[in-house]
Amino acid sequence: MTFIEVEALTKTYGLGDNAQTVLRGIDLEIQEGEFVAILGPSGSGKSTLMNILGCLDGYTSGRYRFGDKDVTGLSETELSLFRNKQIGFIFQQFNLLPRLSAYSNVELPLIYQRSSKADRQVRTKQMLTRVGLGDKIDAFPNQLSGGQQQRVAIARALVTNPSLLLADEPTGALDQANGRQIMELFHDLHAEGKTIIMITHDIDIAREATRIVHVRDGKIEKEERVR
Amino acid sequence: MIRENIRMAWLTVISHKMRSFLTILGIVIGTASIIALMTIISGVTDSINEEVATFGADRMTVQIEDASKSGVSVAELERLEAIDGVRSVSPTTTQQTDVYVTAQTSTQSVVGKSDTYFDDSTVATGRGLTPVDLEQQTHVALLGDTLAKEAFPTTSPLGETIVVGGIRYTVVGTLAPSSEFSMSTDEAIVIPVTTALQQFHQNTIASFDIYTEAGQSETVNEAVTQQLTTAFNGRDTFTVTSFEDALASIDQINALLSMLLVGIASISLLVGGIGIMNMMLVSVTERTSEIGLRKALGATPGKIRQQFLFESVLLSLLGGFIGVVVGGLLAFGLTLVMGVPFTLASSTIGLALGFSILIGVVFGYIPARKASNLQPIEALRNA
Ligand SMILES: Nc1ncnc2c1ncn2[C@@H]1O[C@H](COP(=O)(O)OP(=O)(O)OP(=O)(O)O)[C@@H](O)[C@H]1O
Ligand SMILES: [Mg+2]
Repeated sequence: MTFIEVEALTKTYGLGDNAQTVLRGIDLEIQEGEFVAILGPSGSGKSTLMNILGCLDGYTSGRYRFGDKDVTGLSETELSLFRNKQIGFIFQQFNLLPRLSAYSNVELPLIYQRSSKADRQVRTKQMLTRVGLGDKIDAFPNQLSGGQQQRVAIARALVTNPSLLLADEPTGALDQANGRQIMELFHDLHAEGKTIIMITHDIDIAREATRIVHVRDGKIEKEERVR
Repeated sequence: MIRENIRMAWLTVISHKMRSFLTILGIVIGTASIIALMTIISGVTDSINEEVATFGADRMTVQIEDASKSGVSVAELERLEAIDGVRSVSPTTTQQTDVYVTAQTSTQSVVGKSDTYFDDSTVATGRGLTPVDLEQQTHVALLGDTLAKEAFPTTSPLGETIVVGGIRYTVVGTLAPSSEFSMSTDEAIVIPVTTALQQFHQNTIASFDIYTEAGQSETVNEAVTQQLTTAFNGRDTFTVTSFEDALASIDQINALLSMLLVGIASISLLVGGIGIMNMMLVSVTERTSEIGLRKALGATPGKIRQQFLFESVLLSLLGGFIGVVVGGLLAFGLTLVMGVPFTLASSTIGLALGFSILIGVVFGYIPARKASNLQPIEALRNA
């Protein structure tokens, strides 16, 4: 079943003489349960595409359907609620809140969902255990290694049980071993049926997905089924 | 959600202790000065009211300064006493005369009073004057507080004989110390007014107090003025002073002080509010990436606004709270020094804290709106 459908998507930054077109007509379909890698050199527009797919940014023209919903024209508030429910984000720099413990960081999306304290507690602990941090619940980000911080971020992305996981260079800031652990987690999630879009400029990492979408200069150069 | 907001706000405030403290200093000073001034004003007012209450707000004093006629007759006083709402009329005559007390002669004030003057608050020991004393013009006297203590430092003056202007009087009582609101009798000798008129060959009285029924002072004042104007053939040569007049002028001073207070309060709270707004704007800029992340995770603009409003309200409320404590202590110390009663009304505290919350909301609104309007992508890029 087609889950995400992008048609003739363009994105232009700036106006007039300063205008810079970063995405020039992207057509992309992603099926439910797919693990897609978006691969491309630096500056090719990968992050721009991911921000649009994650409803963090608008686009200049084209169409974007998510599930059976056209996200064009949703209000700020509706978009926030949509992201909260449907999308889990994983960033290159983890983006944890430094003053909050691992537990509180993971709990955050549930707070915005207004779930009960008891419910939050169960799900937060479950997720942290799931990413192998059951014993680091009360640790603060600066007390965790980069790999551990990224796993906290993954737990945070998963805690609301979103239908799409969006990861922008999830292993970019990690060493080989830690990067490996994160990729194993992704494989498990994929096996469980989660739809994953992962952005990377590392071909070896991209090969772990089921499909690779090559982006260059704001266009899809080619698509390649890996497995 | 509200509990989370409070927790987050608290975390932010305590993670910048010094900055938070400096931010709320304006509110602290503003609230403290309001609390201190309000408490002191109410303490002074209470002490004045108490003074007036013990002395009687329902009293008025009539003073006659007519050249041709030195006062009113006893018969006229009786007519005044018959006016509706008048409880009693208490005349006063004063004479300077040689008085012989405990083997010493000196010039003293001899004050004539009637029985209506005496009650538990005016008589210290012995008895006051009675209607019988007035009617029979008896030769009995009461000694003023200071005089009694000086002349009879160790013994009781009761039953002693003194000589006033060559006539023997028996001391039957001593007077309580005078209130600040009347002519002092502390050095005086008080005898029945009828006896005094006879001894000093007088038939008119130049000064007297009128005690009215509660709440009647205004109507009585009018009636007395009218009757005296008739008695003096239309010449306005007397003054009627009621304690309600005095209270009214105290109220006026109070109103003035209150206005001053409102002025000081508004200025200092305005300054405090601007301090909070400034700090919150800085905070929003510093935390752009946090705001972006929260939005990415599903915080709606409303939630972000709420979070920042909670923070500014927490700051201003904290300032208000510290201000109440500091102001309360300051007022306690000052009232102690001034010797006026100290009462910190819960309504005063409530008002101060309520104002603090209002400031937090008003001055926190613009920064909170700025935070809520940040685009998640712009905010995240600043990470
Ligand atoms: N807000 C912006 N305003 C103007 N230009 C922008 C903005 N954001 C990105 N760009 C430009 O868009 C182009 C694509 O940026 P993008 O971040 O999508 O690249 P990327 O493929 O993610 O690169 P990298 O692998 O280095 O992360 C770049 O040339 C960048 O300069
Ligand atoms: Mg990028």
